[in-house]
This record gives sequence, C-alpha cells and structure tokens, in this order.
Amino acid sequence: MLTGRPVHAAAAGRPGRVAVARRAAAGALALTLAACSGPQSALDPAGDAAEAIAGLFWVLLAGAAVIWALVIGAAVFALRFKTRPISERAGLRLVLWGGAVVPTLILSVLLVYGLRLMPLLRDPAAELRVEVVGEQFWWRVTYRPEGGPAVVSANEVRVPVGARVEFSLDAADVIHSFWIPALGGKVDMIPGRSNRLALRATRTGTFRGVCAEFCGPAHTRMAFPVVVMEPEAFRAWLAEQAREASPAGNETFLANGCGGCHAVRGTPATGTIGPDLTHLASRLSLGADLLPNDAASRARFVAEVDTLKPGARMPGFGMLPPAEAAAIADYLGSLE
Amino acid sequence: MVYGRDDATLWTLLTPPTVWALHFLFAYVAAAMACGETPFALGPVRVAIGVATAFALGLIALAWRQAYRHWGRGADRPPHDAPTDEDRQRFLGFATLLLCGLSAVAVVFSALPAVFLSDCR
Ligand code: HEC
Ligand SMILES: [Cu+2]
Repeated sequence: MLTGRPVHAAAAGRPGRVAVARRAAAGALALTLAACSGPQSALDPAGDAAEAIAGLFWVLLAGAAVIWALVIGAAVFALRFKTRPISERAGLRLVLWGGAVVPTLILSVLLVYGLRLMPLLRDPAAELRVEVVGEQFWWRVTYRPEGGPAVVSANEVRVPVGARVEFSLDAADVIHSFWIPALGGKVDMIPGRSNRLALRATRTGTFRGVCAEFCGPAHTRMAFPVVVMEPEAFRAWLAEQAREASPAGNETFLANGCGGCHAVRGTPATGTIGPDLTHLASRLSLGADLLPNDAASRARFVAEVDTLKPGARMPGFGMLPPAEAAAIADYLGSLE
Repeated sequence: MVYGRDDATLWTLLTPPTVWALHFLFAYVAAAMACGETPFALGPVRVAIGVATAFALGLIALAWRQAYRHWGRGADRPPHDAPTDEDRQRFLGFATLLLCGLSAVAVVFSALPAVFLSDCR
C-alpha cells in the first residue's frame, strides 16, 4: 500500500512528506483495525447478540460516512462552485427537506431497527441459568443447571457454545455493570433488583468481561475471564466444580480466619463474604482477572490485596510469618 | 381554551410541546408502575400507550389546523419579521406549525418502544 507515485524527496534519500503521511495513515489504520479484534472487543463478536450489535455499529458507521460526505460535499459545492445564489423559495425548501424531513426519516428507520433488536437480547428461552452478583470488586457466580445442583464459583464465567444462557444479574452493594463485549451488550447490576440478559455464544474461546459502571476505587480491577466451551467439556467442568475439596493442609488457612469470609466446600471454611475458593487453582486468573493464577501471584495477592485492590473487603496479610504465608499459598494451590 | 382562538398567543404556541410532555410522562409512569407490580407483563400498558398516542396526535392535529390559519395559510413566506400585528400573528402561527411537526415526531418516537417491547426485562 505504501508504494505510490515516486516522490521527489525520496530521490534524495529521504521519504517525502506525502510518503511519511501515507505511512502514518497506514500505521494508524493498522493499529485501529488491530484494536478491533481480541478477547474484549465488541467488533470481534463471538455471540449472536454481539453480532447484532456489531452489525448495528457498521450500519451506523456507513450511514454516518455517507451523510458526512453529502453534507461536506454540499458545503464545498456552495463555497467553491456555486457562484450565484439560489432563490429564496428553493432555499426554504432545501432547509425543510434536508434539515427536517430527511433526518426524521433516517432517525425513524434507525430507531425501529434498533428497537427491533431489543427483544432478541432478552430472549427467555434459556437452557442454562447463571446468577451473577457484582460485589466490590469481584463477581459471585452461581450456575443453576436444569435438574442438577447449584454450583457456586467466582470471578470466572463459563458457558457451553451454542446454548442460550440466561444471566440473572444482581448487585450486593453499589451499582455495577456486567459486560462481555464479545458476547453481547451490557446490563447494569442494581442493588435490590434482578436484571436479565440472555446470551448465546457462537464459537469457543476465551474472552474477557468487565465491570462497566464505576463502582469504587478498584473498579478498573473488576473483570473476569469468559470461557466458551464445547457442551461436553462444559458438563465435565461443571461436574468437577460441584465436587467438594479435601481439607488436607488447611490448618493455617483456618487459623488465620480466612474461613470466616471464604468458603471451601467440604471443609469448616464456610464464609460467604468473599469469593468461594473451593476450586480457586482451577481458575484462569486471580482477583477478578487482575493477576495470572500462579503460585507467586496467589502469595502476593494474599499479602498485598489492600494495595492491589484499594477498597476491597479483604485485609492484606503481609504481616504473616513467611512459613505461614507459604503454607497458605500451598493450600490455595492445592484447591484444583 | 387554547383551541378556537382568533389570535395566536404564547399559549397556542406552547400547546403542542405540552401535549408531547404529557404523553411522555404518561407512557413513562405507566410502564414504570406496571413493571413495579408484575415484573413481566406490559400488555395493558401497551394498549393504553396506543390510545394515549392516538389522542395526543389528535390534539396536535387540531393545534396544527389552528396554527395553519394563524399563519395565513401560506399567504406569505417566512421570516415574518416586520414590526406589525399581522407579522406577529404569522410568526407565531408558523413557529407553532414547526413545533407541531416536532411534537408529533417526538410523540411517535416515545411510543415506538411499546410496539416492540412486550415485557419489562
Ligand atoms: C474480611 C473478609 C476476608 C478475609 C478475612 C479474607 N478474605 Fe480473601 N477475599 C475477601 C474478599 C472480599 C475478596 C475479593 C476481593 C476482590 O477481588 O475485590 C477476597 C479475595 C481472595 C482471593 C482471590 C479470589 C479469586 O477468586 O481470585 C483469595 C485467593 C483470597 N481472598 C484468599 C484469602 C486468604 C488466604 C485469607 C486468609 C489469610 C483471606 N482471603 C481472608 C474477603 C476476605
Ligand atoms: Cu463493579
């Protein structure tokens, strides 16, 4: 794309201004397009609601480009080429049609097009129900499969590909907003009210969801990985998540009061203030998609949570003697 | 009454946007109340909004007819800015005509969601 007409300055060994400008434009375009794909992009859809939204975006963009070209074209025409004024009558007519009638028609079409999409985004015919509660600054996730027991997890959402999943969205403290750009639109989580959102993923992969409503100091550290799996793999994963953990090695964990806030099912730890840790080590990330889920990060999170996530309801445990911190980190690592 | 007047006034000018405001309030409050009680049913509210919309458009049509008369039925072109009683009448009439158009479009736009949404989710 960069090879155009030869430019004079290029002969002297330096790229000409035009070439530089072209290169910059090509670079900017590449960057812009690269930003359109990835795990957290509404323009790289992996679900039918997101496809509808991306389609809407492209239609709007194309329409806006056409209108922009027409308006600027008319302005240039009037300034440059049209030397004699048009009659007053024709001017009034131009204002009436170009300023009122046509914009109203365009807005009507867009409004109907957008409204028509809304019922689809709320389609209640769901094969799986998942409850998500937004809390400062993490996600409580409960799977309610038909005919099976409820499964409690946190800070990660997994869904089977091709199935319509209904999310029931609540908030425990302040307003949060649940948004998985690759799968669909965002819906606010409002204390005292259950909102609903139906999503259907159309391809497998790992995506990213975020809290899209400012909710406090660590709002930007409130995200979650979203894993779209084959239905078989999803069933196996859910069965595994339903399993209880073994209490082996949990003495230091319990002695330091972690169980007052965290549940590890199958052990005396039954707290519900913080995330369920029964299968912590099986999650893709730690602390609401803040850190990679490896041994070093788990130890660091426990010691430094107060600075990693200002405002979170878990105190930092940096004061623990190294041996106890290591025992707790080992235990967390065993919660597969 | 703001209908059946010989002269255009500020009141006749304000009639169409007032109808729009009342229609908007009615649709908004009715839907909010229905959703507060039975979260998933909007049926009767949709019918009520339909009736309110027809009523509002009827009022705006009456305002339009009167404003058209006040304007002088197009006898003269805008901007009607001479310091005379006649031009003041025509100016108010013409401005009311424009507001009638805007209000009618606004009433239809705020009623459209009721056509597409069948429940409160
Ligand atoms: C006062 C209640 C409280 C206590 C006590 C507490 N935690 Fe937490 N913990 C939380 C909360 C709340 C969060 C969520 C923080 C966030 O991400 O905003 C959390 C998050 C975590 C996470 C990350 C979970 C995830 O899904 O990634 C780990 C690991 C953890 N705590 C371990 C511990 C350990 C180990 C102890 C004991 C040394 C402990 N916690 C004590 C409340 C508590
Ligand atoms: Cu939040």
